[in-house]
Amino acid sequence: MSMKRNLAAGLTMAILGSTALSAQTLVYCSEGSPEGFDPALYTSGTTFDASSHPIYNRLTEFETGTTNVIPGLAESWTASEDGLEYTFSLRQGVQFHSSDTFTPTRDFNADDVIFSFERQRLVDHPYHEVSGGTWEYFSGMSMPDLVASVEKVDDYTVKFVLTRPEAPFVANMAMDFASILSAEYADVMMEAGTPEMLNQAPIGTGPFSFVAYQKDAVIRYATNADYWRGAAGYDNLIFAITPDASVRYQKLQAGECHIMPYPNPADIEAMVADEGINVLQQEGLNVGYLAYNTQIAPFDDPAVRRALNMAIDKQAIIDVVFQGSGQIAKNPIPPTMWSYNDAIVDDVYDPVAARAALDAAGVTDLSMNIWAMPVQRPYNPNARRMAELMQADFAAVGVDVEIVSYEWGEYLSRSREIDRDGAVLLGWTGDNGDPDNFLAVLLGCDGIENSNRAQWCHQPFEDLIQAAKVETDPAERTRLYEEAQVVFKDQAPWATIAHSVVYMPMRPEVEGYIVHPLGGHIFYDVTLAE
Amino acid sequence: MIKFLLSRLLTFLPTFIGVTLISFAFIRVLPGDPIIVMAGERGMSEERYQELVAELGYDRPVLVQYWEYLGGVIQGDLGDSFVTKRPVWDEFFALFPATLELSACAMTLAILIGLPAGVIAAVYRGKFFDRALMSTALIGYSMPIFWWALLLIIVFSGNLQWTPVSGRIDLLYYFDDVTGFMLIDSILSGQKGAFISAVRHLILPTIVLATVPLAVIARQTRSAMLEVLSEDYIRTAKAKGLGPARINGMHAMRNALIPVITVIGLSVGTLLAGAILTETIFSWPGIGKWMVDSIFRRDYPVVQGGLLLIALMVMIVNLIVDVLYGFINPKIRKQ
Repeated sequence: MSMKRNLAAGLTMAILGSTALSAQTLVYCSEGSPEGFDPALYTSGTTFDASSHPIYNRLTEFETGTTNVIPGLAESWTASEDGLEYTFSLRQGVQFHSSDTFTPTRDFNADDVIFSFERQRLVDHPYHEVSGGTWEYFSGMSMPDLVASVEKVDDYTVKFVLTRPEAPFVANMAMDFASILSAEYADVMMEAGTPEMLNQAPIGTGPFSFVAYQKDAVIRYATNADYWRGAAGYDNLIFAITPDASVRYQKLQAGECHIMPYPNPADIEAMVADEGINVLQQEGLNVGYLAYNTQIAPFDDPAVRRALNMAIDKQAIIDVVFQGSGQIAKNPIPPTMWSYNDAIVDDVYDPVAARAALDAAGVTDLSMNIWAMPVQRPYNPNARRMAELMQADFAAVGVDVEIVSYEWGEYLSRSREIDRDGAVLLGWTGDNGDPDNFLAVLLGCDGIENSNRAQWCHQPFEDLIQAAKVETDPAERTRLYEEAQVVFKDQAPWATIAHSVVYMPMRPEVEGYIVHPLGGHIFYDVTLAE
Repeated sequence: MIKFLLSRLLTFLPTFIGVTLISFAFIRVLPGDPIIVMAGERGMSEERYQELVAELGYDRPVLVQYWEYLGGVIQGDLGDSFVTKRPVWDEFFALFPATLELSACAMTLAILIGLPAGVIAAVYRGKFFDRALMSTALIGYSMPIFWWALLLIIVFSGNLQWTPVSGRIDLLYYFDDVTGFMLIDSILSGQKGAFISAVRHLILPTIVLATVPLAVIARQTRSAMLEVLSEDYIRTAKAKGLGPARINGMHAMRNALIPVITVIGLSVGTLLAGAILTETIFSWPGIGKWMVDSIFRRDYPVVQGGLLLIALMVMIVNLIVDVLYGFINPKIRKQ
């Protein structure tokens, strides 16, 4: 009997009645279809939820519920004195999944690590071009420039040599693109002439093995009984792909799924009041902001930027735009991130003082553009509405605002231009839980004309974040980032607007689910009460 | 008949080439660069951007790109999706049976109800049934599909729990695709209850998708019948003493069918448009949602290939409609 038939039989026994859910199968009503199952090829959270979290492991991993880095397939690691070499000791006795077409003949070892990175790094690697590999995340995290070589010391020791010291490197190893694939499976598939199966029928070491994917409909996984951390507390995991949020809610109520992501903000109140649904919540690892163009007068004057920040009624934005599913941002990094400086006091909403400050800075009859994104994002569910509220706020202090918008691709590219006219609404969702991923990417001098939409290069701030980037002592890094947030607040290149609040509605029988600050949905720790 | 078919097929070719040109140009005139959209807020270096432009072949003149695309199409190669990196052809055929199954059920429902309803309304013109039917048809025609779908889900799946909320079959059933049509595959699987489950999952989406074509068919049938019923030959038939069933069913309806079939043929396009919303709401894994996603992501190969294949389907349906005209009215065949 094939594995699929086994699963079918198991499911039939496990699921009682036509719509009732069994304690043995966890059904997750996911919001969309994965692009594929090789996480290094893609960048979307929906794909990572379906691939890297259930199927794979990484050398280091994020502790579920925190941004702390813990051992994964590497039991331990050491950094050289100069910060240029990282040596990982690999876990022994870890098995890869089996499938109808592949049965591993050996345990996980250094060859798998080398394969997983070299295919992304080396253009002449046989797997570099497979499945149209563009390795966006690997490139996006500057890995091609950063990694000089990946060396096998012995079967269970791997050494990464870097071109420069980079403290966030260990956190990068916990990211989805750094998932470890089986080199043996890759060889078998290459020999069979079907290398794309690596992406379509994935084999990993994770808590769930892939069973089948019916495009845009259902993904099926079976619990990996031999998982090295111990098997999950149920037999099967199913993703029922349900793009419409209202329909996900109906399915949750009808018992057709146990957990759903991304509820409509308007439904949250009813869900919280519903005894048949538990709603967990946590701040997302993101920030929504208004970036002034600090290269153009009068926005080159921090006093003007601070005055405008005082004119924005952020609470009204949280109430109207986020409908409660957000919280006011005072720092450029979210509160769930280590080194968040809670001692900082936010700009007080005070239109009178804002007008006086503008007058003091010699700014009268100011006209400006505010750019409103054409798309929804967790950090900004309705940029047009947000811009309209700001327009009214700024009008109250005598600043005339025109709202502009472009198609998303145009918006992204035009907002990068150094002589851009106006302040841009945008935001960021963190990749690796490291403050460097916000502060250096969004506010560093290197990001000008790119992801630094404020076009802001301030040397005291730059010195702090560059020092923190190469510092390996966590306490010292924390101090440097806290200090950088103080400089940021004083210089005000952005108006920090909001961090979204993530809501996860689930049925009462779901126990042990932890909302992960990095945004992924992880079901390994879940159990289902009878 | 063969000559008639050949002449119709000949008009196919320029239309087909026109569609390839339009689908190729359409996505390119939309603002928005697929590579920048793909990179999102993260952005990428200019160097990396240029690398990707070269990799995807966008550094070549548009005419060269079109020529290569056309060459691929003729050889049956529609390219690979930027997003999933899989051949467009494979994706289309994985999803199309779901759309076809739903559309066929919706069209069958629309014809089975719309046609007799239109005939009865015409026969009882001005009476209560006629007025009630035409008002209902107007409501059906003007109702927003997403609202109607959610209303049905809340009432029949939420409150009454008669039908499942979404999907094609209960998760309990699991079998490999043979034909891609769930009604057929569920029978082939031999699993008890699978077919019933597939039918139950079809009910609400079929009703939603059938609503607009049903209203259009009912109204069109009514007006076509009214026109025919005032013809001299109907009066003659009545004078000959034929019963109303024979007059309405045979003489009137057959002649009224021509415009109705035209409307049915044109409704196939409407069905595919309606499928976009219906499929999204009912989590129906068809081509409607696939196309919309690909437009937002600027997934050029999918938009081009998908549009082309959909246009091809519509063209085939229209060809069938043309052939049906010939069957119903021999005069057309002989022209």
